[in-house]
Amino acid sequence: MKRRDFLKTAAGAAALSAPVVHRAAAQPAPTRNETLILVQEYGPNSMDMQGIGSAQPVNGVSLNCYDTLLRFKRVPFGTDGTMTHDLKDYEPGLAESWQVASDGMSCTFKLRENARFHSKRPVAAKDVKWSMDRAVSIGGFATTQMAAGSLEKPEQFVALDDKTFRIDFVRRDKLTMPNLGVTIPFVFDSETAIANANGDPWAKDYLKNNIAGSGAFKVESWKPGTETIYVRNDDWACGPLPKLRRVITRDVPSPSTRRALIERGDADISYGLPPKDFKDLAEAGKVRVAAVPVPNAIWYVALNSVNPPFNDVRMRQAVAWAIPYEKIMSAALFGRGVKMWGGPEKVEKIGWPVPFHYDTNIEKAKALVAAATNGAGASTSLVFDAGSATIAEPMAVLVQESLAQIGIKVELNKIPGANFRGELNKKTAPMVINRFGGWLDWPDYFFFWNYHGKNSIFNVGSYQNPAMDKLIDGARFAADAATYEADVRGFLQMAMTEVPMIPICQPFHDVAMQKYMGGYVYWPSREPDFRFLTKNA
Amino acid sequence: MRAILSRLAGALPTLCGVVLVTFLLTRVLPGDTATYFAGPTASAESIAQIRASLGLDLPLAEQFWRYIVALSHGDLGMSLTTGQPVRAELINRLPASAELTLCGLFLAIGIAVPLGVLAAVRQGSFIDHVCRVVATAGVSLPVFFTGLLLVYVFYFLLGWVPAPLGRLDAFATAPRQITGFYLIDTLLTGDTETFRAAAAQIVLPAITLALFALAPIARITRASMLAVLGSEFIRTARASGLSNTTVVVTYALRNALLPVITVLGMVFSFLLGANVLVEKVFAWPGIGSFAVEALIASDYAPVQGFVLTMAVLYVLLNLGIDLLNRAIDPRARRGA
Repeated sequence: MKRRDFLKTAAGAAALSAPVVHRAAAQPAPTRNETLILVQEYGPNSMDMQGIGSAQPVNGVSLNCYDTLLRFKRVPFGTDGTMTHDLKDYEPGLAESWQVASDGMSCTFKLRENARFHSKRPVAAKDVKWSMDRAVSIGGFATTQMAAGSLEKPEQFVALDDKTFRIDFVRRDKLTMPNLGVTIPFVFDSETAIANANGDPWAKDYLKNNIAGSGAFKVESWKPGTETIYVRNDDWACGPLPKLRRVITRDVPSPSTRRALIERGDADISYGLPPKDFKDLAEAGKVRVAAVPVPNAIWYVALNSVNPPFNDVRMRQAVAWAIPYEKIMSAALFGRGVKMWGGPEKVEKIGWPVPFHYDTNIEKAKALVAAATNGAGASTSLVFDAGSATIAEPMAVLVQESLAQIGIKVELNKIPGANFRGELNKKTAPMVINRFGGWLDWPDYFFFWNYHGKNSIFNVGSYQNPAMDKLIDGARFAADAATYEADVRGFLQMAMTEVPMIPICQPFHDVAMQKYMGGYVYWPSREPDFRFLTKNA
Repeated sequence: MRAILSRLAGALPTLCGVVLVTFLLTRVLPGDTATYFAGPTASAESIAQIRASLGLDLPLAEQFWRYIVALSHGDLGMSLTTGQPVRAELINRLPASAELTLCGLFLAIGIAVPLGVLAAVRQGSFIDHVCRVVATAGVSLPVFFTGLLLVYVFYFLLGWVPAPLGRLDAFATAPRQITGFYLIDTLLTGDTETFRAAAAQIVLPAITLALFALAPIARITRASMLAVLGSEFIRTARASGLSNTTVVVTYALRNALLPVITVLGMVFSFLLGANVLVEKVFAWPGIGSFAVEALIASDYAPVQGFVLTMAVLYVLLNLGIDLLNRAIDPRARRGA
């Protein structure tokens, strides 16, 4: 407490003397108002989001320590000062301007004159080329994500001169430009990386442990599993100078401790609490809970449409009529989401997710099961991830109870995180509770992963239907808005009738922060962005 | 000296067994490292790429050979969950766990031994019942529960202790690493402010651990004291008119300490691995939480490294206890 008081006094003193102190060589140490303390479950396991095996928090390193060519425009969300983003509208990042060619098959970027890496070297087009080449060649998630926007091979990237860079498109893909704003195609200082690479063409080991970028923050100290400390890069050229000068992120595994820290005021921001805690905090009103429904994401129950008993569409519809939606929303999600049931029978809104027309109607469900099984009922099992058991377990129990009423006996099968993906890959689980969200918020993008006959791991129900594939492919590369709308409407309607996936709700992305925090932005990667955060304690 | 060497040689087969068994166990466990680390939207090709880069597509025998070769160079492999070499992680984290465990253990000894002695001397008295209640409560309350309760009362409600943010609060800087024990390193460098900060952070988790360790120590002290107090040489001592204190402390306690020390060794090694939950609640960067995180992610190298480290520690600890027993009990010096 004493140290804190001292810091407050120091902050006061600094404010008083501010008019005479110029931003000169000797800067005073960051004050409490310029220092952020964030607590999260676990921190980054690498400094390189393109690298194989990088965990979710590494996206935050990419956001804060590196720059992309362009950024999504920030737009206000709600009335509490929370911001979200627009995937179709961009603002300059490392590129100060860009121009899509008249034939729509390439885009030329003009780089900022004054942008410099942390090594002080000016950012050049060859750095952009090296970084893009790396992203499409390194394999793993980075390469998959690049391919999602039709960025597939190094030949697509051309450094025209020192400050001009061009991307040639392999096809017209509406996801190409938005995919340049996510946390994968960021720009490395290629000279520093190559000089330290020890012969590895992509400097994987060096970049895993070191930052070589131009971003708004540098990493001062990184103790994996304990703490990461960021300090501001005062020469950042790609946006307004951040208000925060020092950011301390601590890994605090216990959610109860993270909640206590934010309530006591010892942390400025607390990430990743269970929904019940967010509900309590939001109701108590002492701290602000910034809630943004995660675009493109749903909690769902998937039904295996290849194997019995759910290869019969009546059985799938029966389950959709039997899910206790309201109970799940209040007892498993504590209201932290948007409901995805009780919608209109004919698709009205073109988008995703949209509420399906199902609701809890046990009589209707019973009739469907009786018709499909000649009154015999069925027994099956329901798989969910132990890693998300806080939400999925109560959900599973409620589903089990409800299905027992319509003659479907369900055995619950909780699977540890490391095995869950493997279980999904087997494609045999009859029922699965899971959550999916794509970074790029287009309905056809979600449907491509979850409903397409290409049968990706996320097509949990192994749903295969050529008519569905035709509509999804049609929408993905539709030439005009009318075709697009017709195809999307088509596959949404088909998904509602066929129900290989039963949407339950669109979850909120909740972040608890002190009331004095400002400038919070929700990005597709869901990680905190320190560049725009302000603190007025 | 020869005894020590032969004891160490005797531990070698154990260690070989540990290496083999942990290697096999981590492979037998269900769970696919490559799929887990491929992350969302992973395609079958990218999973295969990761599997190849981790060497998980090789035959088991070859994987084991590679592991042994690396091990002989002191290389324990890479942790995928933290992205760092396992050896560096263990070296960084072991002192944190050891410091916490030792603090908890000393605290427990300081309370449990006198409590056990008093309970034995005044059998059936009020203090004996207190001892029984404390011991039962200590083992029956799960550590995460006592931990959370202490955090709730002393941090959240009363604000007496600093935020449970690990070994130091967010604004303090860690002392220069000498032993890795913050309480010792800060004193060695004369940094009393950081010493106070580190001590304040360790109080609550140490108490939590001590509550858990109290029970076996108090019980065994009591039982062993009872046995000794009933023996003939104590009767002789009393008959000779020695004062009660001399009888209890000099004669009885010294003889009763043997089983207590053996139990202490077990309690220590047990606590070192088992304080995972305390580490979680207090965000303590120790090896227990590290190993559990790795296990959940099917991250083999840290699990193997952790088990091997614990096995080595256990062997050394047992050796230390044997030596201590020899110092206390002349009978142990003769014979085997």
